[in-house]
Amino acid sequence: MELQDKLLSSYIAFEDNVDTDSSVHEVRSQALQNFEKVGFPTKKLEAWKYTSLNSVLKQDYSLFPAKVEAIELADVKQYFIHEIDSYKVVFINGKYSSFLSQTTHEHYDVCLMSSALSSPKYKETIDKYFNKVAKQDNLTSLNTAFATEGAYIHIPKNTVVKKPIQIINFITGAEAATMVQPRNLIIVGENAQVQIIERHQSLTSNAVLSNVVTEVFADKAANVDYYKIQDDEISASLVDNSYIEQKSNSVVSVHTFSFGGNITRNNLNFYQKGEHIDSILKGITITEGKQHVDHHTLVHHIEPNCESHQDYKGIYDERSTAVFNGKVIVEKEAQKTNAYQQNNNVLLSDKATINAKPQLEIFADDVKCSHGCTIGQLDDDALFYMQQRGIPEKQGKGLLMFAFANTVLESVKIPEVKQRITKLIANKLGVNIGFDL
Amino acid sequence: MLKIENLEAEIDGKAILKGLNIEVNAGEVHAIMGPNGAGKSTLANVIAGKEEYEVTGGNIELNGEDLNELAPEERAHNGVFLSFQYPVEIPGVSVTNFIKTAINETRKAKGLEDMPAKDMLKMIREKSELLEIDRKFLGRSLNEGFSGGEKKRNEIFQMAMLEPKLAILDETDSGLDIDALRIVANGVNKLKSKDNAVIVITHYQRLLDYIVPDFVHVLHDGKIVKTGDASLALELEAKGYDWIKQELV
Repeated sequence: MELQDKLLSSYIAFEDNVDTDSSVHEVRSQALQNFEKVGFPTKKLEAWKYTSLNSVLKQDYSLFPAKVEAIELADVKQYFIHEIDSYKVVFINGKYSSFLSQTTHEHYDVCLMSSALSSPKYKETIDKYFNKVAKQDNLTSLNTAFATEGAYIHIPKNTVVKKPIQIINFITGAEAATMVQPRNLIIVGENAQVQIIERHQSLTSNAVLSNVVTEVFADKAANVDYYKIQDDEISASLVDNSYIEQKSNSVVSVHTFSFGGNITRNNLNFYQKGEHIDSILKGITITEGKQHVDHHTLVHHIEPNCESHQDYKGIYDERSTAVFNGKVIVEKEAQKTNAYQQNNNVLLSDKATINAKPQLEIFADDVKCSHGCTIGQLDDDALFYMQQRGIPEKQGKGLLMFAFANTVLESVKIPEVKQRITKLIANKLGVNIGFDL
Repeated sequence: MLKIENLEAEIDGKAILKGLNIEVNAGEVHAIMGPNGAGKSTLANVIAGKEEYEVTGGNIELNGEDLNELAPEERAHNGVFLSFQYPVEIPGVSVTNFIKTAINETRKAKGLEDMPAKDMLKMIREKSELLEIDRKFLGRSLNEGFSGGEKKRNEIFQMAMLEPKLAILDETDSGLDIDALRIVANGVNKLKSKDNAVIVITHYQRLLDYIVPDFVHVLHDGKIVKTGDASLALELEAKGYDWIKQELV
């Protein structure tokens, strides 16, 4: 059976386990209708021209893994940023793992979507925020239709969360291919601050498809610092749909590190609803083999005096392919916008491909919008210079690639995350980096 | 130390070196002079092992070992240092981190442990003082935004750190004002010993006022056509190169 039919026909069984009378379920049902109408995206859609999900959708996925499987902490410790004290919201095959998690309701809520969706205590908040900024496109609708579990984070006004929050989704899927659809809701109150690290990690060589939706609401002067670590198994694919709504004077920064996985598609959308907002989007992508990574970013400048900063670096080897599509819309009212976009790419092989497309739609006349896009190879002269000083070719290449990616790395605010990313990059490039850049 | 016999090399099929001979012993300073396009920089790059240049004949030996078989980094590990005419900018890697990596990779190649951080710092301090390099400068990205003089001083600083057996200075004097020239030359002179050798490639005699050569060679059309002592450089400065070309006819 086609995946689409399988999903649709499983909906009745899905409804057995959720409260069908709730307002949330109304949202789900509408989303299902929408998905039924539009189906999975195909390459005929402009937004999916360079990314085909065909090979991924062909798998026979298990949609609702029956039980929570236990994982030993020692086996998965490496996937946490374990050097720091943090809150953890951990899922195994889409189900909450209380054993691996560390949540709180003390000064703020760092907990589960399932409890937020079902408890009357949260109803008002859920009605106010759930699915309010998410777009009604194919895969977001599909996620919404089945939305039951994920991280629910609510930070009240004037609250600084001292420890970062890690959201980790493990897939064990020992017996079959697995599809999961985590749904995260993050509400950050006025003048509140939070740091979040998100990771999807398969523990199996069976195929995995994660279709994730995350909504972030940053109220006035809120500060959200978000890191996405995408270093999954080569059999695992990810569609990350993130929607961020910002109010005046808020700063939201999202770093996306895409090193692993089969097909990775990031739909990262910012909506600026206020003035003096800063939106920061940064990414490092390193691919090899037949990997495919697609970054589709959108920054929607709606009101005046706001800024956005995008900096994406990519290094592609072998037959890997990548896409960067950076869309910036500046509405007529959004005067004095300062929108900056940088996308630099290095192709290490003749067979690697990058499709880079800056897309600027500017309707205001008093704005500063800059974009720069480069595609090149490593500098042979720089490499010879390094070799002449005794640095072996492979090491020299690694150093050059590090230096290339460094503008993104240096803006990482959590030192342990920076260190971990440095290590992941060094591993991926097969070099030793004997110092912090 | 360095023995080059009948060296022939080409780039993109164009012959540049056409049977070049030179022998450099430990403790000596050799100057190689010659008009533009004679092959001076090619010689430097061929000794250092730049891939674009193809050696089509002859031998290059360093202390009895055939350099031609070695990768550029292996030549560096064996003590070859080239001060580049145009040092490359490497944004994102600081001078300190770069030189640390270079030293430790060289030590690794020799089967040695990394240099202890304390020793490294001490050495960096000493050598940067020798070249009158500002401490702040060491934290900056390698050569990025450096002036011509700063780049050359940084080259000699690296030479001081790496303590090569054979140092080739390719037009190290170009782009230097007189103060920078003095600092650079002073650095080179302090590093000179009976165990190492220096090849100075230059257009002009001016650097040789400071770094006094034991031998001066004139390179013309891919060959050494004349060899003399330091006075030959003065003669060239006064008379130009044409008289040598005429002598050859």
